Amino acid sequence: MDFSQINPWILALSSITVVITIWMGFRSAKTSKSASDFFVAGRSVSVGWNASAISGEYLSAASFMGIAGMVMSAGYDALWYPVCYACGYLFLLLFIAGPLRRFGAYTIPDFAEGRFDSPLFRRIAVCFVLFIGFFYTMPQMKGAGVTLSYILPGLPYWVGVVVVGAVITLNVALGGMKGITLVQAVQYWIKMFAISLPIFVLLSVYGGYGKNLSLNDAAAPPAIERSVDAGEHARKPLPEKAPKDEQWLEPFGPLTTKAAKAAGLSQEESRPLSLIYTYSLIIALVCGTAGLPHILVRFYTNPDGVAAKKTTMWVMILIGIFYVFPPVFGVLGRNFMPELYNATGSKGPDKVVLELPTLLGKGNILGSVLSGITCAGAFAAFMSTFSGLLVSMTSAVAHDIYGRMLKPDSTPAQRMRMFKIAAIVVGGLAMLLGTQVELLDINFMVGQAFAIAAASYFPLLFMSAWWRGMTMRGAATGMLGGGILALACVTLTSVSDIIAKNGQAAALKAGTTWSPNALSIFWQENPLLRILAEQPAIWTVPTAILLMIIVSKATRSQVPSDARMKMLVLHAPEALGLKQEYIQEQQGHGH
Amino acid sequence: MQPDPQDHQDFIHSEEFLQGLMKRQLRLSIACAMAFLLLLLGLPLLNYFAPSFMAQRIGGFTLSWLVLGVLFFPYVWIIARWFITRSMALENAEVKFAEENQQKNS
Repeated sequence: MDFSQINPWILALSSITVVITIWMGFRSAKTSKSASDFFVAGRSVSVGWNASAISGEYLSAASFMGIAGMVMSAGYDALWYPVCYACGYLFLLLFIAGPLRRFGAYTIPDFAEGRFDSPLFRRIAVCFVLFIGFFYTMPQMKGAGVTLSYILPGLPYWVGVVVVGAVITLNVALGGMKGITLVQAVQYWIKMFAISLPIFVLLSVYGGYGKNLSLNDAAAPPAIERSVDAGEHARKPLPEKAPKDEQWLEPFGPLTTKAAKAAGLSQEESRPLSLIYTYSLIIALVCGTAGLPHILVRFYTNPDGVAAKKTTMWVMILIGIFYVFPPVFGVLGRNFMPELYNATGSKGPDKVVLELPTLLGKGNILGSVLSGITCAGAFAAFMSTFSGLLVSMTSAVAHDIYGRMLKPDSTPAQRMRMFKIAAIVVGGLAMLLGTQVELLDINFMVGQAFAIAAASYFPLLFMSAWWRGMTMRGAATGMLGGGILALACVTLTSVSDIIAKNGQAAALKAGTTWSPNALSIFWQENPLLRILAEQPAIWTVPTAILLMIIVSKATRSQVPSDARMKMLVLHAPEALGLKQEYIQEQQGHGH
Repeated sequence: MQPDPQDHQDFIHSEEFLQGLMKRQLRLSIACAMAFLLLLLGLPLLNYFAPSFMAQRIGGFTLSWLVLGVLFFPYVWIIARWFITRSMALENAEVKFAEENQQKNS
């Protein structure tokens, strides 16, 4: 390892973030005593803390680094990502947060079983929690590996994964939910600070957001001529690989027209296809946000339904403000660091957030400090998301699999010990998986998790909360059908892309031309099918809902006999006390 | 007086109360969702059918970029704020309504 390349500021600020995380975990471990503290933070987290914690958990490596890189490389179309990540919460608030909270269960599997009186359905739901969870941890682990090897040049990728994974696993095992609530809340503010401060400094040097966007103007003369009147901070000329101004700035650009371009369609022919792509992307992101299991579990940590609603409001404000900033990195990166366009993967536009502050000059202390701050923010990003995922997966193992299925008569102390053991096992498994995905793209993995959640959990929660006629079979068929279809499509396109990329690289090395395989040719000939497979939400979400309706109608006789009471608990104001009555009845009937 | 927990003949447990309750909640949620979807699904349509209008410059931004990258967030906050105020008022009204009817029936 070459120590002379290490920037001391980056190292110091990143270390501080890690140390704060560990210290807070230890501190709160002393106060987390009961089982309820471990699972849902004693249901006593205040609105401000809980909102900061949800936001801290939600803003992952993909949000912190990925969006800036994507805006830089794809332009306008990439803006849908931050907007839908933030606004998916509105759907959660309008249709799901209130009923779910009133129903009162620790986890999504609890809800699945409670709503349909079916232990079988609980098992299916637990599998999905673990499945989506592992898919979502892999990109976080990759973010950790990549950032650590950026900070310490020469460090092997897997070391970063193991170090960050071990720190978080320890934290969760010690403090459970209450421990990470505090840590995540603080990490939100670290991230907010880390993304906004460098932007304010850079914009004050390089001109405003709007001014930087206005430099991208297809009608204006080329950049070199423009620099005469643009003053000392002129835009740098774009390399060949960068998208042209017009495509970059306007809707239906490189991201959404890729399939149509590959098919050789003209601009006019490809526009309707881009529109379909855009809509499908919107549906996947909005519904996926409303269905992410590790986010949903946090609604149970509010003391009551009013607090749950207020929390969602604050989450939307906190993450909304955050998401204004990453695209600014992308715009500035395009204007002043266009050399990043020439590299790919972790050395390309993806690292624009970490690298951009060094624009202020190599020897400049301010530039180094700001770069250190953005690295610390990146640390906070993947650490907090990973800890949230670890808690929800560990809860699934300790609470659902152990506490409900394997040993229903276990004491609270036994369950707490199981929580700690499960945290270590799940954390270890996540680290192992993380070391295997170095070659996979972060966005590819996050996209898979969102697509599956949108077509499985969202229809389940939405329909179960609002339609009394749902049966267990209907719910399970829809959830599994939608989820598996989405998974199959996304995997199919991604794997065929990876094969194609590897084939092209190998052909380039050997000096021959790459001959596309049957699937690649099929995609080229059928751009519409390619789009529907790459972004399947536009048809998998309706399919899941339709399946639920059809199968539920067919199995009408199996609608839970106390469906009316369940719907009352889901919808009646908590002040009427129907929840307590419902619990009494369930116990009375020997449940 | 406290109703017997096993007795489901009172107003709170009636079909009428549940249906009214869900209908009012759903109506509010759908109204808010419509306001949200109007912009969310309308913006791509505007981009599609009025590209030159959406490409006009406002302070350096294109109109389309300004809406999606900046103004979308406050718009959603307003909807959320409105929904929360209304749904809390709705809950209070429901409690009052239920208790009044409960007393009438008992």
